[in-house]
Amino acid sequence: MIHASLTELRAALDARRISSVELAGLFLERIERLDPKLNAFITVDRDGALAAARAADTRIAEGRAGPLTGIPIAHKDVFCTEGLATSCGSKMLANFVSPYDAHVVARLKAEGAVMLGKTNMDEFAMGSSNENSHFGPTRNPWDTARVPGGSSGGSAAAVAARLAPAATGTDTGGSVRQPAALTGVTGIKPTYGVVSRYGMIAYASSLDQGGAFGASSADCALMLGAMAGFDPRDSTSLERTPEDYTRALGDGAGGQPLAGLTIGLPVEFFGPGMADDVRAAVEAALDTYRALGARTVEVSLPNARLAIPAYYVIAPAEASSNLSRFDGVRYGHRVAEYTDLADMYAKSRAEGFGAEVKRRILIGTYVLSHGYYDAYYLQAQKLRRLIAEDFRAAFARCDVIAGPTSPTTAWAIGEKADDPVQMYLSDIYTIAVNLAGLPALSHPCGFGAGRLPVGLQLIGGYFAEARLLGAAHRYQQATDWHLQRPADGA
Amino acid sequence: MSLSTDQVRRIARLARIDLGEAEITATQAKLNSILGLIEQMQAVDTRAVEPMSHPQELAQRLREDAVTEADRRDAFQKIAPATEAGLYLVPKVIE
Repeated sequence: MIHASLTELRAALDARRISSVELAGLFLERIERLDPKLNAFITVDRDGALAAARAADTRIAEGRAGPLTGIPIAHKDVFCTEGLATSCGSKMLANFVSPYDAHVVARLKAEGAVMLGKTNMDEFAMGSSNENSHFGPTRNPWDTARVPGGSSGGSAAAVAARLAPAATGTDTGGSVRQPAALTGVTGIKPTYGVVSRYGMIAYASSLDQGGAFGASSADCALMLGAMAGFDPRDSTSLERTPEDYTRALGDGAGGQPLAGLTIGLPVEFFGPGMADDVRAAVEAALDTYRALGARTVEVSLPNARLAIPAYYVIAPAEASSNLSRFDGVRYGHRVAEYTDLADMYAKSRAEGFGAEVKRRILIGTYVLSHGYYDAYYLQAQKLRRLIAEDFRAAFARCDVIAGPTSPTTAWAIGEKADDPVQMYLSDIYTIAVNLAGLPALSHPCGFGAGRLPVGLQLIGGYFAEARLLGAAHRYQQATDWHLQRPADGA
Repeated sequence: MSLSTDQVRRIARLARIDLGEAEITATQAKLNSILGLIEQMQAVDTRAVEPMSHPQELAQRLREDAVTEADRRDAFQKIAPATEAGLYLVPKVIE
């Protein structure tokens, strides 16, 4: 059951081969046994999970089960959960208990999914390695001396180590796709506006988007179906007819199920900078896609090289504004001693925020300060349009775009911790997608040196989630990379 | 463009983050390396380009000016560092 897909778990629950309470117990036992080493969870909610599982068992017995009823999941600790600690990986919110549920949390609750707990993350989702967590780094289940990626590293590690069958994440510059790649799981970031940001603690509002992790594309499709949908409480939520994200998950092995699919390969994603082991795995995956009937064409994203500079203006600018709410007055950390109001603000924020969060707030404050707005924020927003137009031009020649998710496999804990710019460059293939607001996923496509997972990124046009999930599903029917698991004791 | 220590102090003050003198120099070096990365943007001529803020060019939705939320003051104040009689407590601002 530990390794079963969500579809297999659904069948087992419906056939009463296992109860939801038993299933939750299996995963809670694994968390208790394996998580002290991995640190994938910040909070485990045993009592809440068992209560939700009992309710799910009743619902199943009454024949009212939905696709996820009774299935254990984990939430990234960026999502507010009523009555349960929500820390966002920060000392600032170490004792914060949300008075309401995030839209995503409420949706999955309404589905009858069983939340096991809240997963570790880089503080306020700022980071690519999970080392920026106030609660200590999460370790990669494939090699515990290495990072799991970030910022949703806890969710990715939890799914990879089978501490949860599936989990939520958020992706502002690659924070679902990059950790998915580094831990050998599948992760999807939908089109900006598809998943409500209500109750998802804000980092960079024009880029933040909820997403999902699973062992397979099919599992991600089921999670996304439960998470997506219009929410009037999010001002950028899109009013669209609900979609069935599983609709393109065709079955039947053999043949050329991807005949007619054109995959664009951006020259900029295959240049120097990609590690040899990543390149070999990605090239082999493209051979598989071609064998399945897809055609590949070369495309170009000439402005993609500007994505990282533009991102490190837009994201810090929006963060400096969003994080101004943490002032030690209404919630969050307040310093013990202070002389006056200004001193209370400055000291509470100095104590509550970690080094990387402070750096991004400072950069954001600077680029928005008087006299610099046009040179930085406005220029970055213009580059954002150029990047989006590059994608539009590329999609005139292809249906999906493929390339590496991350230039390297997982690196050693501490290796880039003191060099923010090196850390930023690890998101070189993922960030442009957020600037354009496009959907993209990462799926396992082999192993590099030291048996560390490699991910392939598939990028689609707006609202092409089902097509991406369908293509990845066909690949996963023909390969077994997504079925490989790290050893429990790794 | 590179920031002086005085500029770092000024930005920290604007951001309401207390940076000790010992942190200023280390912060300055890291901020300047990040600004070096950002500087690559300036080489691009964007005079004819419209800025983009939402991928779908979505306009802000309007709604009726009506109360839609229930009063949950107690629940919201339970998580505050200091409250009294339904008010948030802060140090005295006006003498």
